[in-house]
Amino acid sequence: MSLTTGPQQSAAIPLDPTADRSAQGRFVDRMSQWPWWLLIIVFFGVLIVWNAMTSELYSAIFSRLLLGIGVTIFTTLVAYSLAIIIGLIAGLGRVSQNPIIFNIATLYVQVIRGVPILVQLLVIAFVIVPIVIDGINLLGSALAPILGGDNFLTRTKPQDVPFLTRSIIALAIAYGGFQAETFRAGIQSISKGQMEAARSLGMSYLQAMRYIILPQAIRRVLPPLGNDFIAMLKDSSLVSVLGVRDITQEARLYASASFRFLETYTSLAFLYLTMTIVLSLGVKWLENRLNSEGRAQG
Amino acid sequence: MIVIKHLVKQFGSLRAVDDVSLTVGRGKVTVIIGPSGSGKSTVLRCINHLETPTSGEIWVDGIHLTHDAKNINAVRAEVGMVFQQFNLFPHLTVLENVTLAQRVVRKRSEAEAREIAMQQLTRVGIPEKANAYPSQLSGGQQQRVAIARALAMNPKIMLFDEPTSALDPEMIKEVLDVMLELARSGMTMVVVTHEMGFARNAADEIVFMDRGRIVEQNTPEEFFTNPREERARAFLNQILR
Ligand SMILES: Nc1ncnc2c1ncn2[C@@H]1O[C@H](COP(=O)(O)OP(=O)(O)OP(=O)(O)O)[C@@H](O)[C@H]1O
Ligand SMILES: [Mg+2]
Repeated sequence: MSLTTGPQQSAAIPLDPTADRSAQGRFVDRMSQWPWWLLIIVFFGVLIVWNAMTSELYSAIFSRLLLGIGVTIFTTLVAYSLAIIIGLIAGLGRVSQNPIIFNIATLYVQVIRGVPILVQLLVIAFVIVPIVIDGINLLGSALAPILGGDNFLTRTKPQDVPFLTRSIIALAIAYGGFQAETFRAGIQSISKGQMEAARSLGMSYLQAMRYIILPQAIRRVLPPLGNDFIAMLKDSSLVSVLGVRDITQEARLYASASFRFLETYTSLAFLYLTMTIVLSLGVKWLENRLNSEGRAQG
Repeated sequence: MIVIKHLVKQFGSLRAVDDVSLTVGRGKVTVIIGPSGSGKSTVLRCINHLETPTSGEIWVDGIHLTHDAKNINAVRAEVGMVFQQFNLFPHLTVLENVTLAQRVVRKRSEAEAREIAMQQLTRVGIPEKANAYPSQLSGGQQQRVAIARALAMNPKIMLFDEPTSALDPEMIKEVLDVMLELARSGMTMVVVTHEMGFARNAADEIVFMDRGRIVEQNTPEEFFTNPREERARAFLNQILR
């Protein structure tokens, strides 16, 4: 799911003392090192942007899509932040010695991994959120003698929860399951001696996790977490099935009204691609930085 | 001081420690030797409860080691441990390695922790490395930091599990010298090692283990010149050859 920037161009080629090649050979070498795929995308990007500025149709499409960009970005950012928190807690549960905590965390992860994310979205939005709200309402009515008939627990009805909120909850729960496994792998990649050294100094399990294990584990899983962010951005398009007006939903509405399917959906795809490429270059940069830092710290 | 009574540790069907009883008096240095797999590390790790004993009882400085987490953490704060693989925290500087547990376990202030850390780093001979990361140190230096880290907690007892086994030969002495100084200063120590020179010089008592049991327990003079047990004799012949 991650986009790579292809082979790294580095100074290593011309500096290689064994490279006794003709100028032409070096030229071919260098040409084959270029990230051509990126150039092609940029070419089409320029074409589309140029279209957007000159053609009335494309500028209409883009101004329509941009109405949804706020929702797309907001959904991604909020759902991702929640997913990180859920994932960290569930990941800690997955490495817990306590069988109850371990089993709850494992159940969660297995269910999430076994159900398509679109189906999760539907189940959470239409089944789980209403059930939870009903439950809260019921609790509120049970507590009516103390809190009064119209209290904060009874006030919110299932239909009061906007679909944007439900979508964010659903995406957060779904991604929390994936990230739990990322965190678990990160934690388990830290040698057992680290925990033993921390414990032998008198730290509690949670102190050892907080000060010793997690700082090392999180550093290791930053690149996969970055890739998850990119995946989340793409999967945020699923909220359109709930009628949430992100860029995908705006595109669907525009296309079905104007019958300009080709132009609309191409523009939509281009918009996602632009965002994901920029983000994946960011992840790549992060990876390189962590690698060079890692060399300094071992 | 440490009192161990009828300690048993079972890993599945394997009895790694089989009915070990041992007393280490205050200020005494006990060296445990024995062939690989004889249960030396396991005994050591039971003393600070990194392994949970299958049966038997352990008192550390009068505190009875039970499954009660409070007791365990109380004991661990009083017992320093040094590992074969150093186990320094690679994401922290040397100084942070030595101050962290002081701050979160002993609740010392930053300034106090730093002062104690510098004292201990000076004691092990590398105060100038305070701001380096562990990966920038040699093995011998790393192990000395690990010793300083344990000492900074002001432990009453120090446990060493083959502290020089992962070191290049030229670095072994610098670590043994630190340990020797520590022994002379009156620290209660239990040391698992193959360094017979250290055992001879520093130990008050030698414990020879084989197959999970204590086979011979003796003074170093007696043990090295005139071991009582055939297995101890065979082991010494092999190792001193
Ligand atoms: N966590 C564990 N799970 C299963 N078996 C173990 C475990 N730890 C140790 N053992 C086994 O228990 C026995 C004793 O191990 P221990 O590490 O105490 O020996 P040792 O005397 O320290 O040996 P060495 O000199 O090789 O370090 C060995 O057979 C070992 O394989
Ligand atoms: Mg051992």
